[in-house]
Amino acid sequence: MIRLLTFRLNGRERTDAVADNVLLLDHLRESVGLTGTKTGCDGGECGACTVLVDGAPVLSCLTLAATVADRSVETVESLAEEGRLAFIQEGFHRKLGSQCGYCTPGLIMASEALLRRDPDPTEDAIRDALGSNICRCTGYVKIVEAVRWAAEAAAAGRAGATRSAAP
Amino acid sequence: MNVLPEWELLAPSSVDEVRAARAHHPGSRFLGGGTDLVVNLRRGIGDPPATLIDLNRVADLKGIEVAGEWIRIGAGVTIRELAQDPRVRASFPGLAAAAGSIAGPTHRNMGTVGGNLCLDTRCIYYNQSEWWRAANRYCLKYGGDICHVAPKSRICYATFSGDLAPALAVLDDAQIEIAGAQGARTLPLDSLYTGDGERYLALEPDELVVAVRARRPPALRTGYDKVRVRQSIDYPLAGVAAGVVREGDRLADLRLAFTGTNPRPLRLAGTEDLCGGALDDAVMERLSGLVRRQVMAMRTTFTSGHYRRHAAGVLARRLVRRLFDTT
Repeated sequence: MIRLLTFRLNGRERTDAVADNVLLLDHLRESVGLTGTKTGCDGGECGACTVLVDGAPVLSCLTLAATVADRSVETVESLAEEGRLAFIQEGFHRKLGSQCGYCTPGLIMASEALLRRDPDPTEDAIRDALGSNICRCTGYVKIVEAVRWAAEAAAAGRAGATRSAAP
Repeated sequence: MNVLPEWELLAPSSVDEVRAARAHHPGSRFLGGGTDLVVNLRRGIGDPPATLIDLNRVADLKGIEVAGEWIRIGAGVTIRELAQDPRVRASFPGLAAAAGSIAGPTHRNMGTVGGNLCLDTRCIYYNQSEWWRAANRYCLKYGGDICHVAPKSRICYATFSGDLAPALAVLDDAQIEIAGAQGARTLPLDSLYTGDGERYLALEPDELVVAVRARRPPALRTGYDKVRVRQSIDYPLAGVAAGVVREGDRLADLRLAFTGTNPRPLRLAGTEDLCGGALDDAVMERLSGLVRRQVMAMRTTFTSGHYRRHAAGVLARRLVRRLFDTT
């Protein structure tokens, strides 16, 4: 069955014709055209497809698109503003938290959800919050450093420090 | 792009609407967080349903109530909500620990209490792609007529892996609230599971789990522990919940329940015979004997049944010791 799905995507409301059996992952990538969200294991084990629904991380490969009616969905494309990377993106860039890059959008969205509820997370809190995300390059130490960098940069930003330009 | 079977998705907002939808659509499936069902649907496991009933907007399935010794948890409560609720952490630490140990953080944000209680049983011959299962001529659990784990068996040995059921089973009066076409009924938690991995739940086709409730006697110390291949995400190779009452230096009460080993959550029988004296090596040895006789791990995972049965015993002894020694 095909229905009209109205939801908020990256801050903007939209209405799409969506079949009941389409996954949110496929809708975002194939119909909307936002390919930042990645298809990884395609079975709920790797976290590459992580997006935020109402601010909380969700595996879009196990979510039917029709179930996000009237909800807010955020993908990695929502983070950069006017061409400038968000702190969490810049953290992954500066700390080399991204190697092949395939897991990065999912890890960034899981990290973003963490930083919103805990702006100053400990290493343990970071490792816990990213437990559903697998980096097959195994660059976990750098990923934790990237999240810490973002937390500190955001704190400095809130304290009024000038934001440095990305290298 | 994934091609999934065609189905109609219904989104009722009350339990009464769910019952009506179920009555009109026999063979429909309930959709909670999707972390169990959608994985199986995508693998072609189970008959493709013509209708999915989305439970995520059903308000009467939400909410955790704690009153005195009692807890009542709506089936639609997410695992994350249960794990993080300060009342649950304070009064039902074993249950909170079990919830906090389920899968990974994103799964806990999606998965629900009802879904974990009704979690499909698992097996290496079942949780596979369609072509993999077809090449093995399927199995007793779905589509075939032989159990590859126990070829002479007439029942399916697929393993129950839910973490909440054992944590609830060591409490008192654990009961499931069920809504069906004929109205509401309650069922002891123990009776929800049949012990056959194929038809593992004693629910009628029209029935929905609405809530679970249980009671913790004030002196009962509870805890939970498990082993997994990947600590951050996997299903348990073996999991154990314990309830311990200590009076002075005496073990006054002991309850143990296991998951990840048998086709149902297993409440260990005979633990009352271990109570009444000190928690010494002899008691621990008898505890190991009970585990060896009752925990029936078969080769349903890539880890051997022998290892999982051994791990279940080690986990149980460690957890009982820790709870007994906690001051």
